[in-house]
Amino acid sequence: MDLSKSWTITTKDFAVFRRKRSVIYGLVAFPLAIALGLPTVLALVVQRGSATYAQLTPLMDAFAFFFVISTVYLSTSLASYSIVGEKVEKSLEPLLATPTTDSEILLGKVLAAFVPTIASTLLGATVFMATVDALSAPDLGYLFFPNWTIAVFLLLAAPLACLFSVEANVIISSRVADIRTAQQFGGLIVLPFAGLYVLAEIQVITLDALALLVLSAILVPADVLLFFVSRATFRREAILTKWR
Amino acid sequence: MPRLGWRPRPTIEADHLTKRFGELTAVDDLSFRVEEGEIFGLLGPNGAGKTTAVRLLTCLVSTTSGTARIGGYEVGNGADAMRIRRMIGLVPDNVGLYEDLSAYRNLDFYGRLYERPERERREAIERLLKMLGVWAQRDLLVGTFSKGMKQKIAIARAMVHDPRVLFLDEPTANLDPEAAKTVRDFILELKSEGRTIFLNTHNLDEAQRICDRIGILRTRLVTVGTPAELEDSVWGQKTTILLVEATEPVRRAVESLPLRKVVWEGNRLTVDVTDAARENPTIVAAIVGAGGRVQFVSSLRPTLEDVYLKYVR
Ligand SMILES: Nc1ncnc2c1ncn2[C@@H]1O[C@H](COP(=O)(O)OP(=O)(O)OP(=O)(O)O)[C@@H](O)[C@H]1O
Ligand SMILES: [Mg+2]
Repeated sequence: MDLSKSWTITTKDFAVFRRKRSVIYGLVAFPLAIALGLPTVLALVVQRGSATYAQLTPLMDAFAFFFVISTVYLSTSLASYSIVGEKVEKSLEPLLATPTTDSEILLGKVLAAFVPTIASTLLGATVFMATVDALSAPDLGYLFFPNWTIAVFLLLAAPLACLFSVEANVIISSRVADIRTAQQFGGLIVLPFAGLYVLAEIQVITLDALALLVLSAILVPADVLLFFVSRATFRREAILTKWR
Repeated sequence: MPRLGWRPRPTIEADHLTKRFGELTAVDDLSFRVEEGEIFGLLGPNGAGKTTAVRLLTCLVSTTSGTARIGGYEVGNGADAMRIRRMIGLVPDNVGLYEDLSAYRNLDFYGRLYERPERERREAIERLLKMLGVWAQRDLLVGTFSKGMKQKIAIARAMVHDPRVLFLDEPTANLDPEAAKTVRDFILELKSEGRTIFLNTHNLDEAQRICDRIGILRTRLVTVGTPAELEDSVWGQKTTILLVEATEPVRRAVESLPLRKVVWEGNRLTVDVTDAARENPTIVAAIVGAGGRVQFVSSLRPTLEDVYLKYVR
């Protein structure tokens, strides 16, 4: 397996993404909206005198979960452009005629969705942490972020959730003919993650580092399983003859 | 192991090649051989299996039975498939270009996948785009191009790694006559460089003009030959003679000659001949001897269309 060929495919996709305004807006706007919107909510609550920052610290941690959800959402849109886009342009046939293996192409496609998503999520999270710290440090007397909880969220749970979403999208892409349909089905992948947040809101679970470690422990075998399923759908003959 | 520097001859061989999709047989028992430097055309109606044949030969789909070799490498064999892919270029029936990338970026992407160093890529792309007359548009997005331009870019893309065997699936379909001519001239240029070319086409005129040999496909390979051989195979050669007037003595004089087949149509006479140099003067002499006056004498050859219709019907 030649990783440089995968990267060639990945960077080609980056060049294509640059021309898709909706992709760029999504990558910039979505994490930024979380990064600035959630601290605004905190600031409003404190300003009304309903709570102090010290009382809100569990919420600050839980808010970081939005960045896990954002990786699932953003990678769905990128993966559908990257994979269904090739299908729409019928560019897979000449690509498959080059001396590139199925695995090299699949990895290139996975990275094309994974790298921008994680980069934009980490940037958004950095803005989020800085904003929350700027608001809360005078009250708390210390910098709340970075902490171990958000490290688990961003460096473990988010990449695993992103990978899960990308692999699921490879499978979806093999079944659908246009980008919009792919994105609609891909959007469903967000549901279980959004469900976790709802469960936390109604206090069935707590979204702390331990909960995210458990989630990650579930995602690892799920990612491995989906890898094999997506690998099986991504074979040249199947792509050319069954991907309609 | 091949010797160092040894290069396989760019030949294409198919041996009882068969492809079935479930119940449907798309290509059945295909056997032929294309030599180095030859242009081989596969001609057939819609659904004849032309695209499937090219996909089999370019290692894109697996064979159901039979074998094929490109430059001696086996198409069904995993390790050989990689060598074959380096050796061949493919222009598929759909151009499959990235519309959001420039022409140059499209070709450069392929150059990278074939692991050509940067400088070689740049030189190859420049040479190809100049040959096809689209160098000036290299930085424009492919999405803004006409069909003909896209087809030229797709052909340049297939050549970016300097392959010695080129497969083209209907390369001039949907092109205007001028663009089609540029493409045909380019194909002939590639042949003159010693490359082996396999092309699918619906276009009889094109097949006749550029192919060294033509195979007529209708799931099975119905016949193979040079354009001239195929034409002869339909009804050989005919001579047609237009008289000022087909009088009764002239008719009787012609009927008395030992000819295979004679057809009268008004003042026009059509005769099957085997040796025109010997038979035509005799026929004309007989007509003149019977008082007939000849307006025109010409040879009538079947067209590839006749060949096609005969085999495809
Ligand atoms: N992936 C596939 N699955 C099932 N049947 C297929 C598949 N690809 C081709 N076929 C069938 O195989 C037959 C040959 O198709 P093919 O595309 O090779 O013909 P063609 O000669 O290229 O036709 P055209 O002139 O329309 O391009 C057709 O009946 C087609 O429907
Ligand atoms: Mg076809």
